[in-house]
Amino acid sequence: MGVVTYLPRLLPVLLLSSKKLPPLVVTWLRFVPVAVLSAMLWPSLLIQNRQLDFSVSNLFFWAAIPTFLVAWKTRSLFGSVIAGMAVVALARYVGL
Amino acid sequence: MIKNRRLEVRSKGWLRGVSRAVPIALGYVPIGFAYGVLAQKAGLSTFNTLAMSIFVYAGSSQLIAVGLFVAEVAPLSIILTTFIVNLRHMLMASALAPYLSGWRKFELAAFAYELTDETFAIHAVEFPKGEPDKANAFGVNLTAQVSWVFGSWLGVVAGSLITDVKPFALDYALPAMFIALLVMQIRGSIQIAVALATGVLAVGLLLAGMSQWYVIVATVMGATLGVVLEQWIKQPSA
Repeated sequence: MGVVTYLPRLLPVLLLSSKKLPPLVVTWLRFVPVAVLSAMLWPSLLIQNRQLDFSVSNLFFWAAIPTFLVAWKTRSLFGSVIAGMAVVALARYVGL
Repeated sequence: MIKNRRLEVRSKGWLRGVSRAVPIALGYVPIGFAYGVLAQKAGLSTFNTLAMSIFVYAGSSQLIAVGLFVAEVAPLSIILTTFIVNLRHMLMASALAPYLSGWRKFELAAFAYELTDETFAIHAVEFPKGEPDKANAFGVNLTAQVSWVFGSWLGVVAGSLITDVKPFALDYALPAMFIALLVMQIRGSIQIAVALATGVLAVGLLLAGMSQWYVIVATVMGATLGVVLEQWIKQPSA
């Protein structure tokens, strides 16, 4: 398991870091962060128990809105995390 | 004097890295804790449980492995599943590689070892700002793994004594961090389009039952869309 988790992380940096890549590939790679973050984030916010959930009880989705606003306004990583957690904690506290 | 100043700069980089990783640690400790509890219940020894956090160091894979271990799935299928789940790191490592051209081989090896979804997200915001600061990068990585191993150890020690992390919303630390890091990635309308399209695609693929490949497939298609949009905007006549 250690080997198969290490190889995908190691090989690209070892092989690609010293090479000049074609401009189109570089452009493509520049979009990977946005894409991969979205691919991991959205399902975690929108899918609960294997289905789309826009109900009030899906706190992960609703708390994303204030978290997004704080992140957009402040550009602060820590501030956004604290804001998001505070919203979820508060909502749970009042029993949503 | 110069040496002192260099040392100072480096320790500043470390400290900044450590502080950048605090949100990661907030998320890793409780998830590591959950993993430790589950592993202990699955009958894994303390040594094996911690060894997995040190040598495998892949959160979702470790949780999946413990589940498969309980279900008495063959070791080879566990390893194969782990491999597929972690192929996404290949895309992440490739995306960071262009910034690492001046690094030595052992630095690359050490850096890659501790590359995770979360540390990647931080590096992906930091590296394009200028010359990647090694001390900063390793500060982020090391803090993240230490918190992961620490959380696993807490879970093993606490065993059946499960304390609920929900009232403190610690389970929202990582989603909130991803939101913030995604926002910092947005530089224009193309990024917004890619973020929306990839997200919708990932949700759709997951709902359609593609539970192991959806991140990779959605990412490849989303990044490709970004390139197509950019080329198309560059040449409006086409």
